[in-house]
Amino acid sequence: MIVAERKPLGEILKNLEPHKKVLILGCGECVTVCMTGGDKEARETALALSIARKKAGSPIEVKSHTVERQCEPEYLESARHLVEEADVVVSLACGVGIQNMNEYYADKRTLPGVNTTFMGMPTEQGVWTENCLGCGNCVLDETMGICPIARCSKSMLNGPCGGSQNGKCEVSKDIDCAWHLIVERLMKFNKLGALQEVKEPKDWSTSHHGGPRKMIREDVRL
Amino acid sequence: MTKSNLQKVLESGAFAVTGELGPPKSGQRDVIEHHASHLKGVVDSVNITDNQTAIVRTSSIATGRILLDMGIEPNVQMTVRDRNRIAIQADVLGAVALGMKNILCIQGDHATLGNEPKAKNVNDLDSMNLISALKKMRDEQEFIGGDKLDAPIDLYIGAVANPFADPFEYRPYRLAKKIEAGAQFIQTQVIFDMERFERYMKIVVDMGLHEKAHIIAGITPLKSLGAARYMKNNVAGMIVPDHIIDRLKGAKDKKAEGVNIAVEMIEHLKTIEGVAGVHIMAVAWEEIVPEIAERAGLLPRPTFD
Repeated sequence: MIVAERKPLGEILKNLEPHKKVLILGCGECVTVCMTGGDKEARETALALSIARKKAGSPIEVKSHTVERQCEPEYLESARHLVEEADVVVSLACGVGIQNMNEYYADKRTLPGVNTTFMGMPTEQGVWTENCLGCGNCVLDETMGICPIARCSKSMLNGPCGGSQNGKCEVSKDIDCAWHLIVERLMKFNKLGALQEVKEPKDWSTSHHGGPRKMIREDVRL
Repeated sequence: MTKSNLQKVLESGAFAVTGELGPPKSGQRDVIEHHASHLKGVVDSVNITDNQTAIVRTSSIATGRILLDMGIEPNVQMTVRDRNRIAIQADVLGAVALGMKNILCIQGDHATLGNEPKAKNVNDLDSMNLISALKKMRDEQEFIGGDKLDAPIDLYIGAVANPFADPFEYRPYRLAKKIEAGAQFIQTQVIFDMERFERYMKIVVDMGLHEKAHIIAGITPLKSLGAARYMKNNVAGMIVPDHIIDRLKGAKDKKAEGVNIAVEMIEHLKTIEGVAGVHIMAVAWEEIVPEIAERAGLLPRPTFD
């Protein structure tokens, strides 16, 4: 899923200073699952903003609503009435949803209510971890299903580096060394020899480094 | 091709000695010259760190040229942290044009550990890729992308090894991979845990790696108890055993004891099969290197016509 965390309330309030009527728009997909921008969080955020502005002596009318999926245009129509009556929208969806809103309702501004952080998964209750960078050239077949691009701090293809100790990354003791995990898993499958092949420099052109990407499927185009 | 002094020393079979210099956080040529002057004639080549521990300093290649002007051979450290393959290959050519031959390929400490923690970590290549790239540039006159160099270059390719990082079982294989990629000499992380280093070297020798590349063992003289504790707790991939800490703790003159430990370790390293030399890292304490080299019986250094 795409993981996001809500922006600090103060930052959202600052962006809303000139406005009197605001719509907080949640999304029913990833941000609901990571408990950042679903219906519950949209209501909570609306209430918190409303209280803060009242306290500051500048009351604001805040409504909240959640669409099933902000990242696809067809799901946005259901919010039209609420969007049109608001001065501004604060989206609690990921960066994709926020941009989709700005494009779909081009006459209205939609501001970010979250920081989109990464593609990952929950590893325990309340903890989400990054797993994929979307590099466009998956190597999980070579690394026993553990991604060195996303999970090694240095995105090494020929790891581990010299900073790996006791299974942890030099960046933080809270980060598992991905290459330590890969080596352990290779040993478990008796395949350590596979690591002796010197991997060529990665082709980063399939990632964002090749410019913003687009996928075109002629077979499904209308 | 013309060989570097370090290559000549190692290939002659002599026990090599290399030093290390950390460029300053300033553009002061005289500071570089002052630190380097202590190493002249005492070591075969001087490593010049490349923004070590991710802290911004004078560039290693610029510093290398200053050393060449002083008649000291540099060993230019090059990390993959701060430059992509375009900049790295350009800098290799620049270093060669300025008279440098030894390049040590390093991954580089993560930028979050240094003084620009908000920096973008480039890591377009990894250290293994860098070794292969240098070999390709030299042996095939070809850049990574396949374009051709206009003329051949001389390079002596080095890599680092850390026997104290984990997983320990994999470390000799990683060394083998670096040698396979093109590393001709290896410099190790600072050794304090001699027992672990000996275990590592036993495996390395059993694998015959010492016959494929020259392995130079890393030593750092400890200046104080604080320095020892700092290395134990704060330096990535380093092991400082308690008996070293205790020995310093019990010593009246910590500096003298630090030097004693370094000299004893060098004497010990000379007896370990597969160790081709010693790399003395006394950054910001370069003036102690002549004494250590003298006491460890490493002087005079060999010279070649």
